[in-house]
Amino acid sequence: MAGNTGTYLIQGASILGGEPADLLIRDGIIAEVGTGLSPEGQDGDVTVIDAAGLVALPGMVDVHTHLREPGREDAETVETGTRAAALGGYTAVHAMANSTPVADTAGVVEQVYTLGRTAGWADVRPVGAVTVGLAGEQLAELGAMADSRARVRMFSDDGICVHDPVLMRRALEYVKAFDGVVAQHAQEPRLTAGAQMNEGEVSAVLGLAGWPAVAEESIIARDVLLAQHVGSRLHVCHVSTAGSVEIIRWAKERGINVTAEVTPHHLLLTDDLVRSYDPVFKVNPPLRTDADVQALRAGLADGTIDVVGTDHAPHPSEHKECEWAQAAMGMTGLETALSVVQHTMIETGLMTWADFARVTSAAAAQIGRLEDQGRPLEAGEPANVILVDPAARWTVDPFRMATMGRNSPFKGRELPGKVVATFFKGHPTVLDGELNTPYPHAAVEAGAA
Amino acid sequence: MKHLLSTQDLSLHNAIRILDTAEEMSAVGDREVKKLPALRGRTVVNLFFEDSTRTRISFEAAAKRLSADVINFAAKGSSVSKGESLKDTAQTLSAMGADAVVIRHWASGAPHRLAATDWIDAGVINAGDGTHEHPTQALLDAFTMRRHWAKLSGAPSEGADLKGMRVAIAGDVLHSRVARSNVWLLRTLGAEVTLVAPPTLLPIGVEKWPCSVSYDLDETLARGVDAVMMLRVQGERMNASFFPSTREYSRRWGFDDNRLRALDTLGMKDTIIMHPGPMNRGLEISAAAADSPRSTVLAQVRNGVSVRMAALYLLLSGDSREAAATPVLATAGTAHSTKESI
Repeated sequence: MAGNTGTYLIQGASILGGEPADLLIRDGIIAEVGTGLSPEGQDGDVTVIDAAGLVALPGMVDVHTHLREPGREDAETVETGTRAAALGGYTAVHAMANSTPVADTAGVVEQVYTLGRTAGWADVRPVGAVTVGLAGEQLAELGAMADSRARVRMFSDDGICVHDPVLMRRALEYVKAFDGVVAQHAQEPRLTAGAQMNEGEVSAVLGLAGWPAVAEESIIARDVLLAQHVGSRLHVCHVSTAGSVEIIRWAKERGINVTAEVTPHHLLLTDDLVRSYDPVFKVNPPLRTDADVQALRAGLADGTIDVVGTDHAPHPSEHKECEWAQAAMGMTGLETALSVVQHTMIETGLMTWADFARVTSAAAAQIGRLEDQGRPLEAGEPANVILVDPAARWTVDPFRMATMGRNSPFKGRELPGKVVATFFKGHPTVLDGELNTPYPHAAVEAGAA
Repeated sequence: MKHLLSTQDLSLHNAIRILDTAEEMSAVGDREVKKLPALRGRTVVNLFFEDSTRTRISFEAAAKRLSADVINFAAKGSSVSKGESLKDTAQTLSAMGADAVVIRHWASGAPHRLAATDWIDAGVINAGDGTHEHPTQALLDAFTMRRHWAKLSGAPSEGADLKGMRVAIAGDVLHSRVARSNVWLLRTLGAEVTLVAPPTLLPIGVEKWPCSVSYDLDETLARGVDAVMMLRVQGERMNASFFPSTREYSRRWGFDDNRLRALDTLGMKDTIIMHPGPMNRGLEISAAAADSPRSTVLAQVRNGVSVRMAALYLLLSGDSREAAATPVLATAGTAHSTKESI
């Protein structure tokens, strides 16, 4: 059991959007859930939090985060990225492998894991590269990463597709040995050479090289068939087209073990925004059409798409203050995800807060095999809990975010929902909507010893 | 008009205004002293990130005929990996006091970035960006067509549009900024446009454009055209499976001698043949077609200077300087006085 992280009594929070109840958090655990809980009679100091009007949810789990460290500390560090995560309501993030050096060895994944522990803002679960150097030629030492202190279960060459069908087959087969999952960045490279934006009506007018939907869909179709053939677990990163949703729906109906993720930006934004040529809208996979957006929302609502993954991708400003073709691909997302999902899924009536908890926490933890995350808000469970004010409205200002990246495509938009508090293993990393203090790993472990 | 970035958002009023102003400018080119004092003391920078001697000297001649100071800035190469960024270049030009920037860039949208950011306050003219647009080329094409169309009807060009004119644009539409700018502008001016190309060289989404599309040049000619514009086939397309061979391309989509004869056979004595240059003789256009009396290739070059003078003049004299600018033209003794408020 975790050591001393204090006692907190949350009063009157709507649990998963349901009836108000009180939550007593003590020493890293949800000690009690009920009504009329009182600070009287508890051991030691009790901090009482009035949560009337707030929704209590399990801490969010991101299956897809770029923390940039090691290598691009000018873009983001584990410290700044996980501060952003905490503010966004996340208690766990999966750090993608495309760092420099690439996270393709036990040494690098342990380094990232340790940086996460030291920062203390969230669980940092490194994702291991599938192939050495993301080069798509030779399998990385997947077993060594799985056995390391980082206990890697998700493997991905994200940013690059594992396009060689034999290599993909082998990776899918091999990770079965330690219950791993291959998270595929579905992008057929030959069909997308030099691609700049979604191929369609808008790219035709703008004269930007098109990125056809079929380049994503053909890889997903191949991979679900491979996963079926070898009986493996496949995860599809950042699904962006209506056709991809159809293929995954078909695969699930056939009982293929596939999970899929959608980003908040693909739930809201379309390629019409590219007409500005502002590279803040340049992202991989690209923003698609409104028909795709609607299909993605429907897919997330009906369970075809399992989780929301941010694909948080901070970049230094000089990589966005340039010509479209020169600009880096990617958008920040950790601090806006909750609001965008509330806006696109809950306020449209497509989902409830309980559904939200499933797609942002429980299902994500299940994909990454995180045992202490994505749990129900019940007595005895780890206290990874967030409090959200669904009535709040705020205007996105990238310069007021904790991430070092200023590349938010939601800049200037008014969005609903605000994270008021984040409890990470019973410790408030965020209180009153502001960063509090990180989880004191060292002190807790010393106290517990 | 603060910038000239695209013909897509150019209103009919502004398009006609530019063409009419170009008619006045063209009269200057016919005089012994080909110079107006209109832009004396103003600085025009030709910022070229891609080689294009023809377009650059056309803009240079236009600016000099208006007495502007001209700076040529050849910034070839990729901005981030090989040197200065577009932002730094723009801020440098701004610090030097550029009043207008004529930008040619290999990246679609680069002129929009200059115009939309606070990197530089100058007026921006798009002199061709990637595979996006080339608005002054479309304006000079329209100017050439309008003169031809007006002559046929016996009316003056000034104030006229292109209503009823049938224009075929043939070739690599997918990669052509000239085709895009022409489609939008000719639609605005009332012409009927047919794009003719192999399906591989048409963009996905072309069906939403305000024009017809054909894969068959002969059929398009047989239906009747008043102008045929041939697009240049870029060398880098030739080995990328867009078409099997240059010979097959030439047979199916080139304006060859047979098609030149067909215009006569079909009785289209007034149909003109256009090309934005530089031409691949023997590929998309035969030598006989390029040199025939129907060819407007050199007239297009000549008209390019007039149109670019008009664009620079209208951008730099702006609405706030309208009152002062009009007499400059008038005292210069151009053939026509300014008829409408510009």
